[in-house]
Amino acid sequence: MNGSAHVYARAHINTDEIIPARYLNMDQEKDLACHAMEDIDTDFIKKVQKGDVIVAGEDFGCGSSREHAVWALRGSGIQAIIAESFARIFYRNCINNGFPAIECPGIGKKINTGDRLTVDLSKGKIYNETQNTEYNFLPIPDFAREIIDAGGLLKAIAKKGKL
Amino acid sequence: MGSTITEKILALHAGRDTVKPGELINAGIDVIMCHDVTTTPAIDMMKANGDLHVAYPERVVIMPDHFVPNKDIKSAEMVAKIRRWAKEEKIDKFYDIGRHGVCHALLPEQGHVRPGTTIVCGDSHTCTHGALGAFATGIGSTDLAAALATGELWFKVPESILFRINGALPKGVYAKDVILYIISQIGVDGALYKAMEFTGDVIDFLSVESRMTLCNMAIEAGAKTGIINPDETTLEYVRAHSNEHFDVFHSDPDAEYSQIIDIDVTNLEPMVALPHLPSNGKPVSQAGNIPIDQAWLGSCTNGRIEDLRKAAAVMRGNKVAKGVRMIVVPATTQIWKQASREGLLDIFMEAGATVSAPTCGACLGGHMGILAAGERCISSTNRNFIGRMGSPESEVYLASPATVAASALEGKIANPTTYKQD
Repeated sequence: MNGSAHVYARAHINTDEIIPARYLNMDQEKDLACHAMEDIDTDFIKKVQKGDVIVAGEDFGCGSSREHAVWALRGSGIQAIIAESFARIFYRNCINNGFPAIECPGIGKKINTGDRLTVDLSKGKIYNETQNTEYNFLPIPDFAREIIDAGGLLKAIAKKGKL
Repeated sequence: MGSTITEKILALHAGRDTVKPGELINAGIDVIMCHDVTTTPAIDMMKANGDLHVAYPERVVIMPDHFVPNKDIKSAEMVAKIRRWAKEEKIDKFYDIGRHGVCHALLPEQGHVRPGTTIVCGDSHTCTHGALGAFATGIGSTDLAAALATGELWFKVPESILFRINGALPKGVYAKDVILYIISQIGVDGALYKAMEFTGDVIDFLSVESRMTLCNMAIEAGAKTGIINPDETTLEYVRAHSNEHFDVFHSDPDAEYSQIIDIDVTNLEPMVALPHLPSNGKPVSQAGNIPIDQAWLGSCTNGRIEDLRKAAAVMRGNKVAKGVRMIVVPATTQIWKQASREGLLDIFMEAGATVSAPTCGACLGGHMGILAAGERCISSTNRNFIGRMGSPESEVYLASPATVAASALEGKIANPTTYKQD
């Protein structure tokens, strides 16, 4: 995975900020993507490119259980989120969608918006090509890796015929 | 070493004798609640992944609430899709308009919450139902689809934090003030991934409805659930609402907690959480002069009959301040009818408020009281995030129903303790 970083280093960026509830009368990824991060960064959707990565502070995705938050970001082109920590339901929603949620304490202060990053999930490393440095992240747990590798929880269930 | 109530319920549903925090388990789900916002994606996912069907229709309860009565064509299409699907899947517990309500108020009221059960819903405030000694947690749409298709879900067994809440609640200070105080102390991620277990003299004294207010906001501290050990108050409530069998679990005296937090509420004052986090709680007396444009009373946190009674007691014979819009939203059809019978709706209307049909509505910026840029609202709801009730440039202040009512009368954030209390 390789893309540019969009850094939101503040803690507690919540799902109302990622996708405001006024858009929850829609559930298609392409429709939600038009409004991703709208209430904290109206330019996000203009700047983001396919393959980019969000870098965030602690407790990213707190608040509502709306999986629309994951879909809005994925639909906008984001391919992974690297945060100091994640809120519980948002983290589950990422894993269940086969969408990498990477925990890396302290990362919010190390990366700048626009840095080119390469993420290696199997090695647990993020390479910052702009700053010519690398960071280790907490390994994605095995069970989560299995779900991500299957392409999401529902695909895993459809394949196995059970949970 | 003993077990907590959370560990016991999860162990039973995983077919195990015991479970320990950190373990990954698959647990059977007793009640799967579906509302209008998160269910349609689950339906699509089930159809797209091998045409999966609902494994146990009798465990499913459908309660559209967020944008009902439907606010626009898109939200109407969502509920229409859920109606068709419920028919195909032979799900008969469907609470449509006329029997409807905010799901977390309606589920226990209609007898679907019993101690010792596991409950999930595609809604973060599902933790409300821990008030009756159930394990209840919010999930996303993929989890919802998985639970519907298999009757099970994966969980990491959470650690528990024990909150021992003692002392005597002063007049005009309520469960909402207690939970706003707790969140102000531990922060919006103070219980991340954990179960918040509430115990102590204050809990023993609280009604089931007040316990629901407490557990409802566990998610605002990042928790997986809030839970209270069942007692006579619980059992009385459950027996009055359900004839079905249930098992009662209690935490062992030697259960292990990651943290024990003692709180004495004797000197607690009415609280208000300032924008833009529920953890920004302050005593109303220290909030300063904050004029308001709107006062909103309702939601899964504080839209029950007890909440309406408390607000009405403050408002009886008084008038809403000039320039303030007060909107009262009874959380369910039953609560609306009860409030009407008790004359509470008249008190609100005579004071100059309006009363709407049950809905989540403006709590999440849906409809029925959306804020313009620069406006301030005091609200009995649970979140004051940026843009939560409308414009990203509006502000939401969280407080108890009594404080919302007092503030509506004074046109600014006001202390309810000088008014008559229910």
